[in-house]
Amino acid sequence: MKNAYSSIAVAAAAFLALMGAALGQDPTFRIHFWIIFASLAVGAVLLMRNMKLAGGAPADQSAYMDEVIRYGVVATMFWGIAGFLVGVLIASQLAWPELNLPPYFNFGRLRPLHTSAVIFAFGGNALMSTSFYVVQRTCRARLFGGVLPWFVFWGYQLFIIMAATGYLLGITRGQEYAEPEWYTILWLVVVWVCYLLVFLGTLLKRKEPHIYVANWFYLSMIVTIAMLVIVNNLEVPVSLLGMKSYPVFSGVQSALIQWWYGHNAVGFFLTAGFLGMMYYFVPKQANRPVYSYRLSIVHFWALIFLYIWAGPHHLHYTALPDWAQTLGMVFSVMLWMPSWGGMINGLMTLSGAWDKLRTDPVLRMFVMSLAFYGMSTFEGPMMSVKSVNALSHYTDWTIGHVHSGALGWVGMVSFGALYHLTPKLWGRERLYSLRLVNWHFWLATLGIVVYASVMWVSGIMQGLMWREYDSNGFLVYSFAETVAAMHPYYVLRMFGGLLYLVGGLVMAYNMYRTIRGDLRDEIPMGAEAPAVKAAQ
Amino acid sequence: MTNRNEIDKISGVETTGHDWDGIKELNNPLPRWWILTFYATIAFSIGYMVVYPSWPTPGGGTKGLWGWSSRHDIQTVMDDVAKGRADVEKKISSSDINAIMASPELKAFAVSAGGSAFKVHCAACHGAGAQGAVGYPNLNDDDWLWGGKPEQIVATIAHGVRSPTDSATHTSQMPAFGRDGVLDDQKIAAVTQYVLKLAKLDHDEAKATAGAQIFTDNCAACHGANGEGNQDMGAPRLSDQIWLYKGTAEAITAQVTNPRHGVMPAWEPQLGPDKVKELAAYVISLGGSK
Repeated sequence: MKNAYSSIAVAAAAFLALMGAALGQDPTFRIHFWIIFASLAVGAVLLMRNMKLAGGAPADQSAYMDEVIRYGVVATMFWGIAGFLVGVLIASQLAWPELNLPPYFNFGRLRPLHTSAVIFAFGGNALMSTSFYVVQRTCRARLFGGVLPWFVFWGYQLFIIMAATGYLLGITRGQEYAEPEWYTILWLVVVWVCYLLVFLGTLLKRKEPHIYVANWFYLSMIVTIAMLVIVNNLEVPVSLLGMKSYPVFSGVQSALIQWWYGHNAVGFFLTAGFLGMMYYFVPKQANRPVYSYRLSIVHFWALIFLYIWAGPHHLHYTALPDWAQTLGMVFSVMLWMPSWGGMINGLMTLSGAWDKLRTDPVLRMFVMSLAFYGMSTFEGPMMSVKSVNALSHYTDWTIGHVHSGALGWVGMVSFGALYHLTPKLWGRERLYSLRLVNWHFWLATLGIVVYASVMWVSGIMQGLMWREYDSNGFLVYSFAETVAAMHPYYVLRMFGGLLYLVGGLVMAYNMYRTIRGDLRDEIPMGAEAPAVKAAQ
Repeated sequence: MTNRNEIDKISGVETTGHDWDGIKELNNPLPRWWILTFYATIAFSIGYMVVYPSWPTPGGGTKGLWGWSSRHDIQTVMDDVAKGRADVEKKISSSDINAIMASPELKAFAVSAGGSAFKVHCAACHGAGAQGAVGYPNLNDDDWLWGGKPEQIVATIAHGVRSPTDSATHTSQMPAFGRDGVLDDQKIAAVTQYVLKLAKLDHDEAKATAGAQIFTDNCAACHGANGEGNQDMGAPRLSDQIWLYKGTAEAITAQVTNPRHGVMPAWEPQLGPDKVKELAAYVISLGGSK
């Protein structure tokens, strides 16, 4: 009965989407549901073509469920490239505003497309596929839930399509990183709760006595993200067949809930989740024991206890009461060491294996990722200090900070995991080419360094220009003058992003050749190049 | 704890005895500097919370030992600035623009205040350097549509040009010679060449000669017999090479056929008479005024 029930379920969902397209109250909602219908219809047809009504051996229930992870690995790579590409595009739009093509390809619509593509599509797929891989290996148990992991994977891709096409159509709640409207979020919650079920179910049927630290981090991410998404999206739709909804919170309460959500999306999605990834792949790649079990316990609990309070630092010097601003700041300052605990444990795991950095560019990627992690988790608490924030807030410095964390930490650790997983999942002896990994490493590192340092200069300049007063207390620069001053930095930033994108394309090629089973004939990393023969 | 667990050969440290998919853990203690720095940030945070507002209470929050509040802080700064300016602002309020420009103290203050306000309210049309753009006059030169004497500049800023909300605004309307059929295309082409000739630009001499009479009959009443303009009615001087809507044959033809009429807001209702004087002082300081 392979795919029979799934086909029926997807076809039924497609029918519901068609109803939405037909009966929607506003034209945008109808167009959006036509797109959703088309995606589901394609899915239903593909499933039916692969349907077997009788026979066929049932999947081996003792083996790990890796097929869904293979899909996840490819999806991670695909969404990564898509997200970096839109990033380069919007960076170009900032440098050359003529590139805005209204209405669908304006900066305003493409910017959430970029952030959601890299955070939720690239990052989300990386977290889901690595967590499925890690939880099975460290529990010695097959994923729980039968076809449920497949539903989680495809359901999440549908969420991404719904969110992305919605942005381009102009459907947005207008809250940063929380743009999708009510029906898209409702779908995400269904998928996410199933993700939690799969993960928890697998933990419960584990054959290991203890739960490995990576799984604590993954689980804290899954649980907290569910809580954050649900609370920040408490809203009332205008119509069940319309795109618009209104949140139950308003004013400063809405702002505080939004940044409680927004900051912990960074804290639990981009920090805790990826620490889970780090805790498995770094010791595996280095083939060394984790440096300190105690440190992992203490920094885990300290991190998840402190992070959840730090959101108000996004609202310094606003209508938020002073006491809440203070709490946001001090909890961020206290986060410094708990965040660094992960870096120490990662880097110190390499003690006794540092020589491997010469020959293993994948390990190099992990180390660079931890270095950027350490840098941004120092920068974050520093920027949350009110007097620093007075200069940095609303400037490009914030953008630079986010990207040193996102490109450096999240991106690099995910690339490392993808390089680690690809040969293993497809049963290849090794990657197609380690030298290409090295190219990717340097392209990405150079891209991040250009991006982050340019944004520091631009952001601090911007902040200083905004607050420049003359001797009579009058502002010296107009807003437009500060924008004009940033132009060269915007061009350079685009260049940094372009380097990072090219690195991603190198990875995509390398993964493609590895999956095909090709091995590049190359001199091993760290070995001497053979002497060039004399011409005679 | 007895040494039951495996010792890692490279570091010599005992492992915890766990093994997950080949991953083991060393039983290292917390790094001392790490835990001490962590304690230090906690101590700092507690101290900070004691002296600053930090904890919600019914009806507000704790005030902190230092009694600081962001609202009070900004009010103090703003009050200080207002106090420091009060004296000179009073003098600006009671002086006219000529008196302001005559006093070095008032002039310096007004130019600085006006420059700041210009960047907020005026730069969007006139440019950050007051250099103007097509349809928006350049304020650095000495060519004025509505008069360049200090009090005339004040009046223009205060009441605007063709402002729908101000009865004292400057108004003038150039007839749409082409659209309304007053002049046919041939005549417009001729008068265009004559206007180019007045501005000493490249022109077709034959057409310009034909255009001279048309100019005298239709344009001279406002723009003057020789295109010298008339600031009382906002009729631009045509005998120079400064153009509001470009000095090309196409642009002149377009303006004669179906003229555009720019609008500038009346600023006095929004900004008050003192800020208007300060803006005028800034514009005058650009060097163009008489």
